[in-house]
Amino acid sequence: MLTLYGAEISSRLLLGTARYPSPAVLSEAVRQSATEIVTVSLRREMSGGRSGGTFFEMVRALGVRILPNTAGCHSVAEAVLTARMARELFATDWIKLEVIGNHDTLQPDVFGLVEAARILVSEGFEVFPYTTDDLVVAERLLEAGCKVLMPWCAPIGSAAGPLNPAALRAMRAHFPDVSLIVDAGIGRPSHATAVMELGFDAVLLNTAVSGAGDPAAMAAAFAAAIAAGKQAFDAGVLEPRDMAVPSTPVIGKAVFT
Amino acid sequence: MKLIVNGEALDVAAETLSELLVLMEYEGDWLATAVNGELVHHEDRFDRSLNDNDRIEILSPMQGG
Repeated sequence: MLTLYGAEISSRLLLGTARYPSPAVLSEAVRQSATEIVTVSLRREMSGGRSGGTFFEMVRALGVRILPNTAGCHSVAEAVLTARMARELFATDWIKLEVIGNHDTLQPDVFGLVEAARILVSEGFEVFPYTTDDLVVAERLLEAGCKVLMPWCAPIGSAAGPLNPAALRAMRAHFPDVSLIVDAGIGRPSHATAVMELGFDAVLLNTAVSGAGDPAAMAAAFAAAIAAGKQAFDAGVLEPRDMAVPSTPVIGKAVFT
Repeated sequence: MKLIVNGEALDVAAETLSELLVLMEYEGDWLATAVNGELVHHEDRFDRSLNDNDRIEILSPMQGG
């Protein structure tokens, strides 16, 4: 069972709600994924509160937990205010904290991230920081009071999969008791399996599902892949070897010459 | 009253934040509001008076990853 700020979660897949072909497809993808947590955002309301209300009523009907984000925020002040407004709207202390530092790579501004995390934790927020795989930044986020870390494995929306598995492995080894969720960069189910085999606790993804030809089917594929990776990690994955090792025992082998 | 509402300059006859929402035909519970970078809770909108050049943000839920 995955535990996030005291909440026990069965599914290890967190799903974004953006870029689906239609609300009906989003709903079906959520069902097929068996996710218990979806991410949502906030934006300027241009139609008298009706568009946001319609969307949120639909999400609420799915019966899953809401993880609001601060996507698109490029400063500490923006991220903190957005988090406060998210708590007002969604009535949850959970916040997926994003402070973006680069327009092209959407890389986190880790300095602003730590500063914003400190402020929000002091206000009672339960922060899910979108971060890099840097160990020192991770330590600072934990010192700030974060109980969950969400490193990228590749740039947001790149679908590149884990670019630096060694860094992810090191992160797992350094923080054995911290809930680690890979957030961003997953493109296909095998990527999700790979990070789960490294011992990560969960995967958050969006575009890999919403951008698929059949998002609901892809959501189901990711759920299976994540479960397989988790089961493999728990079972103990064989480490690579430099030399061949016969799988069939040689003792008792017949000698014909 | 000259205000900046969601980044747009407006001239409206609203003395409070709640009046502004009514004048602009905002409705429903799915709104979060801020004035000059400070969150204004739902229950405080009636008492939150506005001044010229105030910057008002009105946000609602939307899809996100």
